[in-house]
Amino acid sequence: MEANTSTEKPDKPEPPKVVAMVYVCGECHAENEMRPRDPVRCRSCGYRILYKYKKRTTRLIVFDAR
Amino acid sequence: MDTGRIKLEEFRLVPEHDLESPAKRSDHDGIIKLISMDDIDMELDFIGFNISLVNAYRRIILAEVATMAIEKVYMYNNTSIVQDEVLAHRLGLVPLKVDPRFFEFRNKDEKEWGAQDSVKYELKVRCSKNPQASDKETNPDILYKDRKVLSSSLKWMPIGNQTDIFQESSMQPLHDDILLAKMNCGHLINLEAYAVKGIGSDHAKFQPGLSWYRMLPEIKLVREVEGEDALLLQKCFSPGVIDIITNSEGKNVANVNDARNDACSRNVFQYDNIKDSVKMTRKTDHVIFYVESHSALKSHEILDEAVSIMIGKCDLLLSEIEKHLEMDADT
Repeated sequence: MEANTSTEKPDKPEPPKVVAMVYVCGECHAENEMRPRDPVRCRSCGYRILYKYKKRTTRLIVFDAR
Repeated sequence: MDTGRIKLEEFRLVPEHDLESPAKRSDHDGIIKLISMDDIDMELDFIGFNISLVNAYRRIILAEVATMAIEKVYMYNNTSIVQDEVLAHRLGLVPLKVDPRFFEFRNKDEKEWGAQDSVKYELKVRCSKNPQASDKETNPDILYKDRKVLSSSLKWMPIGNQTDIFQESSMQPLHDDILLAKMNCGHLINLEAYAVKGIGSDHAKFQPGLSWYRMLPEIKLVREVEGEDALLLQKCFSPGVIDIITNSEGKNVANVNDARNDACSRNVFQYDNIKDSVKMTRKTDHVIFYVESHSALKSHEILDEAVSIMIGKCDLLLSEIEKHLEMDADT
């Protein structure tokens, strides 16, 4: 809902500029902004497996509490 | 009325009929004794009642006494590792302080959430870095704020005129330390939950508490057990059941102190040297009945509700019989 959009949305790639992508650490789930040629490494825990950030839908889903 | 006993043997239960008592027993109607009671627990003795009556109350308490529980969860966002449906299920199991007697049952086809039949909650948590944590800190509970999502973060959102009737302190979860989910930095949960009134036969989350019964155990020492054997015998029963006394001859002998607390484990049959020394029976017409609350209703309120449900059932039966008799008279 709120405050989830600013850093996580990857910018539209514009060829001349170096764009930062957001990756999620496979160990601590921290969000890492990465540029090309950056070492693949989580900034908070040092884990070397990072995943592309997939945003969850913010649409309403109804569940039965059963 | 059954006034017998059941004898506990090593591998079977043997019904045993009390020869002296039937005439003596049948002239009284039965006694109910309140042994202990507080808001949570209650212990009653039903003496001289048929056990099926006691079982009827137990079943009504488990299946038909109504309480409030979360029924629908409107999930807007959940990036924690707990899946949406698991989180919704966990929310449903949270006991609420809401008194069900102020609410009506909700019509299943109803689309709107009315003030008379539903309670709304909101859960909005986001886990963030704790700025006060030191650089050397490694404990994630200190490193992050809102790492643990507890039932205390469920916020009551009044529907309609509910603010005029209820206070916030009486609408929150019964316990404020129930762990709903654990989150890591950046995770967030944003949802709305609606609680309704329901009964235990629909879902166990609506059960007001526990209820169970057992027949009164009796232990008789057939012969004297002394010394080492007495200590062994004491170990075969629940704590406090057998104590060791010094008799007139100065010997340490086993003595039945309080058979009521025995769990009837029959451990004594493991030891050939003492297994012939005791006779264990259970009285079938003396039932110890327990009620334990884990909901907004206090233990005695649960029993109170169960009794009024039972009265309703009896009234229904009587009116059916009357209707039938009238029909017979007409034809």
